Amino acid sequence: MKADIRVALVGNPNTGKSTLFNVLTGLNQKIGNFPGVTVDKKVGYSTLPDGRTAQVIDLPGTYSLYPKSRDESIVFSVLADRSNELSPDLVVVILDATNLKRNLLLYTQVADLKIPVIIALNMMDMAKKDDITIDVDAFAAKLGVPVVPISARKNEGTDQLKQAISFANKIALQEESIDVETIAPQLIARIKQDIKVDNPYFALQLAHQHETLTFLTPQQSSHIEELEKEYGFHSQKAQGAETIARYNFINDLLYDTVTQKITAEDETLSNRIDKVLTHKIFGFIIFLAILLFMFQAIFAWSAYPMGLISDFFVWAQSSLHHYLPAGPLTNLLVDGVIAGLSGVMVFIPQIAILFAFISILEDTGYMSRVTFMMDKIMRKVGLNGKSVVPLIGGFACAVPSIMSTRTIENWKDRMITIMVTPLVTCSARLPVYTLLISLVVPNKNIWWIFNMQGLALTAMYLFSLVSAVVVAWVMKYILKGRERGYFIMELPVYRMPRWSNVLHTMYDRSKTFVIQAGKVIIAVSVILWVLASYGPGKRMDNIAQKYKQPEFTALQKTAPDSVRRMMASDKLENSYAGMLGHVIEPAIKPLGFDWKIGIALITSFAAREVFVGTMATMYSVDGDAEKMESVQQKMGSAKNPDTGQPVFTLAVAMSLMMFYAFAMQCASTVAVVYRETKDWRWPAAQFAYMTVLAYTASIITYNILK
Amino acid sequence: MKLSQLKVGEKGTVKEFTDLEMSVKLMEMGCLPGEEIKVERIAPLGDPIAINVAGYQLSLRKREASTIILQ
Repeated sequence: MKADIRVALVGNPNTGKSTLFNVLTGLNQKIGNFPGVTVDKKVGYSTLPDGRTAQVIDLPGTYSLYPKSRDESIVFSVLADRSNELSPDLVVVILDATNLKRNLLLYTQVADLKIPVIIALNMMDMAKKDDITIDVDAFAAKLGVPVVPISARKNEGTDQLKQAISFANKIALQEESIDVETIAPQLIARIKQDIKVDNPYFALQLAHQHETLTFLTPQQSSHIEELEKEYGFHSQKAQGAETIARYNFINDLLYDTVTQKITAEDETLSNRIDKVLTHKIFGFIIFLAILLFMFQAIFAWSAYPMGLISDFFVWAQSSLHHYLPAGPLTNLLVDGVIAGLSGVMVFIPQIAILFAFISILEDTGYMSRVTFMMDKIMRKVGLNGKSVVPLIGGFACAVPSIMSTRTIENWKDRMITIMVTPLVTCSARLPVYTLLISLVVPNKNIWWIFNMQGLALTAMYLFSLVSAVVVAWVMKYILKGRERGYFIMELPVYRMPRWSNVLHTMYDRSKTFVIQAGKVIIAVSVILWVLASYGPGKRMDNIAQKYKQPEFTALQKTAPDSVRRMMASDKLENSYAGMLGHVIEPAIKPLGFDWKIGIALITSFAAREVFVGTMATMYSVDGDAEKMESVQQKMGSAKNPDTGQPVFTLAVAMSLMMFYAFAMQCASTVAVVYRETKDWRWPAAQFAYMTVLAYTASIITYNILK
Repeated sequence: MKLSQLKVGEKGTVKEFTDLEMSVKLMEMGCLPGEEIKVERIAPLGDPIAINVAGYQLSLRKREASTIILQ
């Protein structure tokens, strides 16, 4: 869409910036990534009262232009880089009227860059409740910029804001806040002259941030470095001096324009809620209850829509097979592409539900309390208070959980969380575990109430959590943190969640997943389909010939299903995947696996649950979920042709479960890790470490139990 | 006296900082020399702590709080 004016939204976290963005742009928005980093780039369009179109970009919330995290570093580079396609014509700074002092720091910094600016004074209704009176006209006059009081939640004042945007000046008219040049007079003068910038604050920011700004040439950057040495510039001291000078200006400004009735210090509602929610005992009980509810909901609420989605695709596949001419192209489309698409779409309910919860937890302010309560435990193992939610979400599915790690600001904490989340027992492992456990663990009760199979399954769940924590602890020492581990965090006042924001989040995340991860998953599915359907030379033709023999054509009439199953089994064995199973047999023999299991490992490479279906095909039975028992029987009675012993002994089944507990058998996770890290080395490293762990754990398990 | 030594409900006024890097971040968040700080609560496991400063709540670890010197 073509825009007449580009507007950037800038503000502190928790000021209602996203709500304002949603109100201004409605559903007319796009989420992407800023180039090279995994920071959401939210761009939307808004029609102004004069008929022009404004492109609105929602920049990450920050307390100052000096970045403390990667998200925050985006703000200055978008505002400063005039050659950037996102470079705004106008900045709307959104200020929380109940906390003007801290909010104004960022405003004065942005204003000094001399980009035209408008102030949106949000939460005016809350300020009124707190007996804060703001003389908006005097405030606007002192700053020299338009000030629009709004309440984004109640959608009040947003029309006036749009009006102000359409009337906005092309040149910056705001008053000076502080005398920037006194902070480093000679250095600023030299940078202005040598790098050819005319704004002194821009020059000062270049001095602070030149190392990370991509629009500077390496020569410019090293020149600035030399100038800094020449004039003895100390970045942090200069930042401190600047901040104090700015707060002096802000104090004077607020003294003249804002009055707050001093009320007796009665306990605020938010404080009373905190007394319960962060209580020594109740705090944890409530948190645990919320997690359990979330976990249950992701499981239970998604079951029905997931069933509908897979039923739809089964129906689509069978009708396409029916209506399209039979042939390799149809097979590729239906069994490769559509099957892959089905594997992508089926995740949508879980993603949407998990993000609905996360969005509510964030919106209400509870997520910061979770971080507050859990920080001490999680820090010990190299994680972050916010890692709890992805880890628990991992019990349902690693895909949305890894997407949710964006809430973790600290880079190292976030990477470790991403790396260990796939270890947690996800719902795709459940069919594999139930199948194997029922094969080797007797369905008996011990100590009256505990079912042994249930205990075995519970043990696998607990084991996965322990392994995730241990791996995280190891990674804490391997990974080098690039940012200092701060934990200075605002605890926002509790608020009701905004349901439109919740819906936006659910929609955005599902869409992002389908578009971004979908490509990889479909590609992998197609490759696996080719491997499992085609074989070298005449092998497939030979099978077709074999089933044209009289003995099979006769059987075809009496028992067509069993012929079909035998043929499928033969085909799979003779396909490239089947050959690969034989090829890898020497490698997996020490784990107790034969080539049939090898084939299942290969076909379930993209999704773990495929193991059950492949086993069904291998043992020539229908492998529907409802007919799991027939797979079990066949597998249970399978004998090793060399020794005559059962294939699935306790040792083999346990070894196989260990393999599935650790191995990264999930193309969706690989795709989503790439998307979240923007670097193929992360999913590659994850795949490698998980495979090594899987192999080691399996070999140990097999040899102990053998 | 350090901020980390205050008990829940106690107040103090910021005098100076012992860590330059931390002080930049804290000042940006409104925790400036001369501001009054009140310890609102301590996390169930004893760390971090929540303080009230400049009209809002901030949480920080004890190690970070120990870089704030009170009057």
